[in-house]
Amino acid sequence: MTPLQTFHLAHLPPDLAIHVALYTDVQNAPILRDQLLQGNPDFEYALIEASVILSTTHVLAAVFRAANDHLYARLKSRNVHSEIVFSLGANNNIAQSLRTFGITSTTTNLLVIKLSTDPGITALTVSEHLSTSIQGTQVDFNDATLTNMADIAKVRKLYKLGGVEEDGSKGKRRRKDGTEEGSGLIDGASIKDSERVRKELEVAILGLMALKGVV
Amino acid sequence: MNHPPDPPQDPLPPPFTHNQPTPTLLTQGAEALLYRTHFLTPSHPCALKYRPSKPYRHPILDKRLTRHRILSEARTLVKCRREGVSVPGVLALDAEGDGASGGWMMMEWIEGRTVREVLIEGAKRRKDDRDEGVGEEWEEGMRLMMGKIGRVVGRMHEVGVCHGDLTTSNMMLRPLDKVQQNGEATNGEHVRRFGEILQGDIVLIDFGLAGQSLQDEDKAVDLYVLERAFGSTHPEAEEGFQEVLRIYGDSYKGAKVVLKRLEEVRMRGRKRSMLG
Ligand SMILES: Nc1ncnc2c1ncn2[C@@H]1O[C@H](COP(=O)(O)OP(=O)(O)OP(=O)(O)O)[C@@H](O)[C@H]1O
Ligand SMILES: [Mg+2]
Repeated sequence: MTPLQTFHLAHLPPDLAIHVALYTDVQNAPILRDQLLQGNPDFEYALIEASVILSTTHVLAAVFRAANDHLYARLKSRNVHSEIVFSLGANNNIAQSLRTFGITSTTTNLLVIKLSTDPGITALTVSEHLSTSIQGTQVDFNDATLTNMADIAKVRKLYKLGGVEEDGSKGKRRRKDGTEEGSGLIDGASIKDSERVRKELEVAILGLMALKGVV
Repeated sequence: MNHPPDPPQDPLPPPFTHNQPTPTLLTQGAEALLYRTHFLTPSHPCALKYRPSKPYRHPILDKRLTRHRILSEARTLVKCRREGVSVPGVLALDAEGDGASGGWMMMEWIEGRTVREVLIEGAKRRKDDRDEGVGEEWEEGMRLMMGKIGRVVGRMHEVGVCHGDLTTSNMMLRPLDKVQQNGEATNGEHVRRFGEILQGDIVLIDFGLAGQSLQDEDKAVDLYVLERAFGSTHPEAEEGFQEVLRIYGDSYKGAKVVLKRLEEVRMRGRKRSMLG
């Protein structure tokens, strides 16, 4: 079985461990969601719909922001875990972000995050609780797995990134000399191109998450 | 002999106080400090722009100004990047801080050097090996680089952004990545040895004074500032500046009108310096 993965992000306090588990074929999403709605403290996790997550950097950037706001004691939502979900959004609407990026009753690809905000929360306690609570297949949390789960068209729509690196976008024009301008995707994209497109989408999303709708 | 103490450095606010890792200070401008560090993991280098609070400003005004500047720079960078202008992407920011220390923005790290540094080194090297026939190679490299500058600036203006401080320090020349470089190596030793200084992509930075504008006047002033920057620091490059304007003029629909306006801005500038 894939074990729970534990990270430490740059700049955050070294004792603030970040525990991450990724699941596919989740069977009990409605129950999990109910626990969140009821505010059951045993289920204080960031429960994220993994199909709208582009990459590890995408979601860990949200963790970074939420953790920083937690350390400054200026959370906008209920706790640091709901704040992670809120931080994925590109505006200041908490309810909307939770609805969009949080677990729904039909979620099958589920990303679970828990921060060690107190010493009692350890990789062991978290993995024990998850193993009895989540009915699904645990898989590696990495870019390859997330890419497979991601619904790119949906991600583009959520962040209103129709133009970025999409064929025929406004970011791309053909110059008189026939070479390409801007950062457009060339027809018949190779793997290298699709990797570049993903990176370009990612950086656009990080920018929108950072701005939170300031325009 | 007694050395005067270093000027007190504004310490970075949390989370950067955890020294995981410690950001490295690169430059200290009037308004901002620029650090090199990394984003979430060591494999993700980034630039950290910190705007410390100013003790001489009223705290409420200071907070508002800092917040405004950070958000304004980030907003322009995000817009540019989305619309295909070559700029560093925004990775994270904190415009509020803890109320006393200021705010910060993390952006993608751009490899390479500022155009200013490149031109200064280029001029120096050109002097050193004057008679090796590198002149032509240099001219050609300059022509290409100037064209790239014209194109990036044109694209920026096309999407409705004016830079506000368009100098050679605020644009970087990012070397081609390894793969591309190997491809170019077939051009021969000679090109690599000297011409490589001028190879790469232009990336615009420092949008602290930038804003959205569709006014020809604002765009023309951008060009004028850049022209003056070339003229004052790199007189040997002044001629090459024509290439910036040539490519700019062809780069988007309204560009020709802006070039016309530039002539007016130059006239005003001359009058002012005559009175001056
Ligand atoms: N994203 C980046 N990647 C790499 N280097 C950078 C980046 N941004 C800035 N720099 C470097 O740091 C220097 C200062 O950055 P910037 O111009 O944004 O700050 P500033 O304090 O406003 O400067 P100024 O003194 O010109 O007002 C740049 O000239 C460049 O050398
Ligand atoms: Mg600068």
